[in-house]
Formats: sequence, structure tokens, C-alpha cells
Amino acid sequence: MTTTPTANNGVNTEVLLGARKALADEPAGAQFTWRATNEWLHATHTKATVKSYFGLGAEQGHKVESTFEMDHPETFGEEDNAVTPVEYVLVGLGGCLSGGIAAVAQNRGIQLRSVKATIEGDMDILGILGADPDVRNGFNNVRVNYEIDADASEEDIEALVAQSQKRSAVFDIVTNPTNVTVSVTKA
Amino acid sequence: MRTSVVVIGAGQTGLAVSYFLSERDIEHVILERGSVGQSWRSERWDSLRLLTPNSQSRLPGHVYDGNDPDGFMTMTEVVGFLDDYARRIAAPVRSGVTVTSVRRRGSAYQVGTDDGTWDADAVVIATGACNTPRIPAVAEGLPDDVVQVTPADYRNPDLLPEGGVLVVGASASGAQIASEVQRSGRQVTLAVGEHVRVPRTYRGRDLMWWMEVTGRLDERYDDVDDIVRARHLPSTQLVGTPERVSLDLNTLTAEGVRLAGRLAAVTNGRAQFSGSLRNVAKLADLKERRLLEFFDEWAVEAGLDGALGPVERYEPTRIEDEPPLSADFAADGIRSVVWATGYLADHSFVDIDVLDRKGQLKHDGGVVTASPGLYRIGLPVLRRRKSTFIHGAGDDARDITEHLAGYLASVAVDEAECAVG
Repeated sequence: MTTTPTANNGVNTEVLLGARKALADEPAGAQFTWRATNEWLHATHTKATVKSYFGLGAEQGHKVESTFEMDHPETFGEEDNAVTPVEYVLVGLGGCLSGGIAAVAQNRGIQLRSVKATIEGDMDILGILGADPDVRNGFNNVRVNYEIDADASEEDIEALVAQSQKRSAVFDIVTNPTNVTVSVTKA
Repeated sequence: MRTSVVVIGAGQTGLAVSYFLSERDIEHVILERGSVGQSWRSERWDSLRLLTPNSQSRLPGHVYDGNDPDGFMTMTEVVGFLDDYARRIAAPVRSGVTVTSVRRRGSAYQVGTDDGTWDADAVVIATGACNTPRIPAVAEGLPDDVVQVTPADYRNPDLLPEGGVLVVGASASGAQIASEVQRSGRQVTLAVGEHVRVPRTYRGRDLMWWMEVTGRLDERYDDVDDIVRARHLPSTQLVGTPERVSLDLNTLTAEGVRLAGRLAAVTNGRAQFSGSLRNVAKLADLKERRLLEFFDEWAVEAGLDGALGPVERYEPTRIEDEPPLSADFAADGIRSVVWATGYLADHSFVDIDVLDRKGQLKHDGGVVTASPGLYRIGLPVLRRRKSTFIHGAGDDARDITEHLAGYLASVAVDEAECAVG
């Protein structure tokens, strides 16, 4: 057995590894439901709220309720009160990958000094405009560029980023299809 | 019928167990559904050869003695090798006997078959690791007219319908089948998930030579960092050919195979592929490089650096700028799918509460601790990384038999004490 050098990236890997072991034997506890609400304000301006989620067999709550406003920019003829929903997808992807990088680095004993990412999604808006049926609505390419300063070789840093993608929920969500059911009731 | 130990399966592991049981004069039978090496006879494709060189075709008391130590056995040769072994060790094989149940009877076992029932003190399950092809749930969405095969029933490209072929899975099976189907003139799309890239030869020596001399294959199950992962790793992208060629994704691309991401869904006559191809290729490239660096460091420490060929590094996996995210079975002319998505071991005949929630046998290095006297051999990384290799059967069989002999002795002591008491 090799001893892993210690690093402090602030990630509690003991809890993560403990949960992995405990939940493998108690798979029901591993079933989580994440949720957000969304309310229309005006024009394309809406507000989302995130407070509660379900996991470990019970309702759970974040310490604080968070709100996120979304709108569309003036290039779309809108008021640009906030960023667009698709930018939140980029926000989520970057957050998931960077969090994963920190966790994997902690587990591998790699001390991080700085981790910075630029996340870009290319979109042909002829899709959402309905102007060309051959163009999809969503991103046709997503690029994430990391700049990482850490106590490790370039190759080990590349492996960190690759492993983080392998274990990332949002990377999976963006790269794989998911069944989505939207229902509606009249208020 | 009664014996001390029933061994189920007369492949390399069952025969190796028999060798050590005989060495200890422990009475036993081997129940075999077909003939010696049945899986090698009936569930392999025509062109398949072993992934280990002949020099590693070794079983306890039996080694390859031909004149081609670097070659790779065809399936016929493997069966011949095992037949010779069974004869040589006078293995008590009962051929054509299918086991239908294994039950506990007090502290002993009752093994039901299609030819009578056996009572035994202990049972060793040696039925191989590849009993049931694992077909992902997305298969349910395939159009009815698309032909589906698995590596267990695939034989050669000629038996597939004309037209394009989607091969799902890029382990040894998927890569080999993709290559030969493409070379037969059919367009292959290969759906690539996590895979293990390795060269066939490195610095002039076979990959398996490296794996063995560096001790990698002897790494024990209780020393492996992440045993769940180790036991679920896809098989390495290797092929055994007389030319000793490497078979990686770049080879396949050069042959004309189209690479796509992992098959994520099949809906409305379309296959959807994951956008993760670039990352799984990167992971495989990085892991291959780490393995080669490990070999190089070992060579220096072993004083062999000068005696071996020069250090080699391989071109990163080539991925086209925009790999396909979907394929339309009808419009793209894909007429068949090969599910090279792995296998599951089948323990459905075990009527004892020793299976986990996924139907897999719970064991500690082959010892089924929840049912004393029950053993398993021949699963991935059962006791060592080499557990599913021909030459891995011996060490595992020796360990299992030693444990089993101790168990039989303890049962005998208990019975003697009961009789006295």
C-alpha cells in the first residue's frame, strides 16, 4: 500500500467515502430528489427559488433559501434583468466539475492553489426561433477550459479533470438524454 | 449419491480445484453441464484466441509445451489443453450433468441436477464469470427489425444481416468484433463507454508478460484500493493474433469504424450517444500512460532497462471534432446490434440466502462466509487480479482448497465431539 500525501482543499472526503460505503448497503437512502420552484415576473423575467430537497430518506432543507432571477438580453429584445437560463446550465456544469476536482484532488492528496474555469456553450438560435427545423434548440457544443495551479504534474492534473467529469452529475445531465415530464394544472 | 465435495463446472478453475482436492485425498466429483471447457467450446466466436500468450497457459501440474510461447491459443486449442489436463489429473468429471439447485441440508449441502441428487459436505461453484450477457435496458427501445446478438452467440460477420452494424461496448469483445465486422465490408459504429487501452506488446515484450513480472496480476483482492471498481473494470482492449497487433480505438478508426459515445438511449428508431466520448478516451489514454510509466520504473529497478526495447508512448486517441450524438437505424441502414456490454455470473441455481440485491454472490475472496462450506472460484479479481486468467486458476484453487480442507476438518471434529457427547 502506498501512503497518500495529505492535502487540504477543505473537502470532507471522509464523509463522502463513508456515505459511499453506507449507502451501498442502504440504497433507498441514496434516492435524492432535488427541486426548484419558478415564478413568472414579467415578460421573460422569472425568479427561481431553491430551499428544500429530499434525501437520506427524509425531507432536507438548505441552511438558506436562494433565489435566482433569469431573463433574456437586449439582443433578444428583452430587458436583461438577469442572465439567461442557459447560462445557469453553464454555471451548474462549472460548479459541478470544479467541486469534483477539489474532491478528487483531496482524495488523491493533491493540494490545489487555484482552479479557474471558463465554460462556453455554442448555440445556433435559429433553433429556438423555429427558423430552421434542422437546428436543435440546445447547445451544439460545450467547451470547458480549466486553468489549475496545484502541487502535481500536468498529467496528474489532467487526470483530476478527467475523473471529475467521470463522476459529475451535471456533466452526465448535459451529455446524456433524460426523460422529462412536464405537467400542468389550472390554478 | 454422496461425496465429500461437489465441484460445479469443469473449466480451468474447476479442474484446478480438483487437482488440489486429489492432492489432499479429498473425495469429490465435478459436475459439468456439457464437456470439459464447455464455455470455451460453445460460447465463443470463430476468430477468438486467448488474450494471454501460450507461455501463460499454465495450470497446476500442466504447462504449455509447444514451440510457440508467444502465440495465442484458438478456442479449439484451449479446449484441447483443458481436455489434456482433465485426463492427466484424472479429474472425476461427470459430463452432461446440469446443476439445477444448491441447497443446505443441516450443515451439509444437497446439489440437485437433471441426473439425480448429490449430498456433499462442501460445494465449489466454478461455473465461470461469463454466464449471462448483460444487455442494457435501452435495448427495449430497438426497432423490431434490428437483429441483436451478444458475444456469446456471435460467430462471424457473415451471420449478421447485410448493412450497418452498431457494436455497443469497446472492451476486448467489442473492439475485436467491431474490427472484423468492419473489415468484412460492413460499416460499424462503435459506441464507446469506459474502456481500458493497452498495447499488445511494449518495449518488445507482451503486455501480459509485463503484467505478470511486475506483480500487477498477483495483486490481492484485499490489497486493491477499490475492489468494487476492480471487479467491474471492462476487459482490456486486447486481441490475440499471430501478428501480435495492438487493437485500440485508433486502430479501429484507421479501419473505418466510426466512434460514438456510450449508447445512452434508443427512442423512435434512433440511438442516442453520450457526449462523453472525449473524456472516456482521455481517461483511457491517461491510464495507459500511467501503466507504461509503472512498467518503465519497474524495468529500471529490476535492472532490465537496458535489456528491453526503447520506451514507447502512443498517440492520444483520435476523436473527430463532432462525434455523432445519434444514429437513425432506418435512415442510416443499421441492421444489427452487437451487445458487447459485459456479462453477469449466474447464481440463480443457488437456493441459499447468499446473493446481494443485484443477484450477485456475496463472498470474501471466494469463501461464502454466510454459508460455511460453500465456495466460488473464477470471478473477476476473486482473490487476485489474475483470478479469471488461465494461469490465475492455480493460486486461487490452492487457497480455496486449503480453506475447504480446514473446513472439512473442523466439521469432522464437531461431528466427533457430538458423537462423544
